[in-house]
Amino acid sequence: MDLSPILISMKTASATILITFCLGLLAANWVVKMKSEKAKMVIDGVLTLPLVLPPTVMGFFLLLIFGVKRPLGKFLLDFFSVKIVFSWTATVIAAVVISFPLMYRSARGAFEQVDQNYVMAGRTLGMSETKIFWRIIMPLALPGIASGGILSFARGLGEFGATAMIAGNIQNVTRTLPLAIYAEVAAGNMDKAMKYVIIVLVISFIAIVLMNYFTFRGQKYLRKGKSDELKG
Amino acid sequence: MSLKVEIKKSFKGFHLNVSFETNNEHLGLLGASGSGKSMTLKCIAGVVTPDEGRIELNGRVLFDSVKKINLKPQDRNIGFLFQNYALFPNMTVEENIGAGLRLSKNEKKPVVEDLLKSFHLKGLEYKYPNQLSGGQQQRVALARSIACNPEVLLLDEPFSALDSHLKTQVQAEMVEFLRMYDKEVLMVTHSIDEAYKFCKNLVVIDKGKSVLFGDTREIFKEPKLTSVAKLIGCGNISGCIVKSDNKIYASDWDIELTPGRKATDAKYIGIRSDSFMINGSKDEANTIECEVTEIIERVYGYTIIFRSKNSNCTANMYFDVKKEDWENREDKTNLFLNVCEDSILLLN
Repeated sequence: MDLSPILISMKTASATILITFCLGLLAANWVVKMKSEKAKMVIDGVLTLPLVLPPTVMGFFLLLIFGVKRPLGKFLLDFFSVKIVFSWTATVIAAVVISFPLMYRSARGAFEQVDQNYVMAGRTLGMSETKIFWRIIMPLALPGIASGGILSFARGLGEFGATAMIAGNIQNVTRTLPLAIYAEVAAGNMDKAMKYVIIVLVISFIAIVLMNYFTFRGQKYLRKGKSDELKG
Repeated sequence: MSLKVEIKKSFKGFHLNVSFETNNEHLGLLGASGSGKSMTLKCIAGVVTPDEGRIELNGRVLFDSVKKINLKPQDRNIGFLFQNYALFPNMTVEENIGAGLRLSKNEKKPVVEDLLKSFHLKGLEYKYPNQLSGGQQQRVALARSIACNPEVLLLDEPFSALDSHLKTQVQAEMVEFLRMYDKEVLMVTHSIDEAYKFCKNLVVIDKGKSVLFGDTREIFKEPKLTSVAKLIGCGNISGCIVKSDNKIYASDWDIELTPGRKATDAKYIGIRSDSFMINGSKDEANTIECEVTEIIERVYGYTIIFRSKNSNCTANMYFDVKKEDWENREDKTNLFLNVCEDSILLLN
């Protein structure tokens, strides 16, 4: 069995979740703090669009941006000799764009559900806004943020459409697990495809269980002592 | 020590317009739910910004819409006890108390230690807020809010989050704390009991406006305004016509009464539902011959709903009577109720 799709997928999904996690949090924090409700709606629409559009449409847009004959693609090629399309970087870009809305929306919901009284209390106690964010808002929003992380990791791992458009299906370079499954099935090798399918299943399942476990552990303050539970 | 507040703020269909001044005493803001008391406190603390006005604490301007001054809540040095305490659920008791202290870990320790001791929280320092009882939570919140030595302490409905059986004990603790605490305290409440127990002076807020300011006991004795009388639990209010210095005609009840004071410009009169005396006789002044329309049983007594007999009385009157007083009475039909002349409240 060719192991390269597994390695490429793991690399892509790991790089993707790091980038998506940070971008999603930044975007969510930015949108939550926005004063104008109208601007909020429009920006939210733009940021959520990749979730509802077919991945091939996103792939099309990415080609418009990074294609070697397009301004940005040409600029990168001419000045840095970097070709994005059909490279490993392209698999990450595609997965980030597609998984971003899940992270952003979960984080935004989690931030908005933090009781404003805690923030106000922090302010009257003289805590700086940075301290309030890291010591109060983040810990309280963590369960929502973690579940956003799980979702976008799984989505990044399973990304197919946009990846195929901008990164192609080059063995040992851009052939991720979903693309490998497609290629094997297309070639009539159902058995080989089955192996990849099982690997995707196992990785996704472990990721979700791990995240659930960490969320549970991080929330010890929400659980009461055993005796309290018995008391009801 | 002084606090001067004068603020206006408009929301959808609601206008807040509150002004008062206080000097080193325990001041209460009394008002019905939704009258804008909590909003006033939040404006003083700086977590909500008023549209216009001025807030001054000990000569320091915290907010001035004309001069465009608006200090951040972090710089106001005001302690705030939130309605539900707002203890950070992800921090232990110890961390909660120390959350606002801008000190190094080693400097923090003795300060927090002192507070734990004086609020009887020893042994609970590593517990999380949801592992504490309501009373303990309040002590933690109180310790946290005074940890930074604020110049004024704001209490927002401090007992509303407690079950009634806990309330008495926690209120006793609060009385003890306030006796020791010599700084300015401002307390918001909708409970006349709490206002009476804790506040030397009162600002009464009605529909977003501060309508009356004065000594708590004076206000309860002489509420002056119908809105205030209703708020402090005066059950019977009627429009009135002043006939002479000592004769008033209560138009809604169709009776004549003699008040204790000269009633020159009163437009309404009020009688608390517990100020009636049950054993009146026909000939005494201020006696009403009653026609009982309904009797409602309460936990510790009855509420008798009645009208004055053989009259054009248009409004019901309410009389609260102790259980044994009513049950021991043989004749429940012919009822004469007497009001002491000082219990007749003259209102505007």
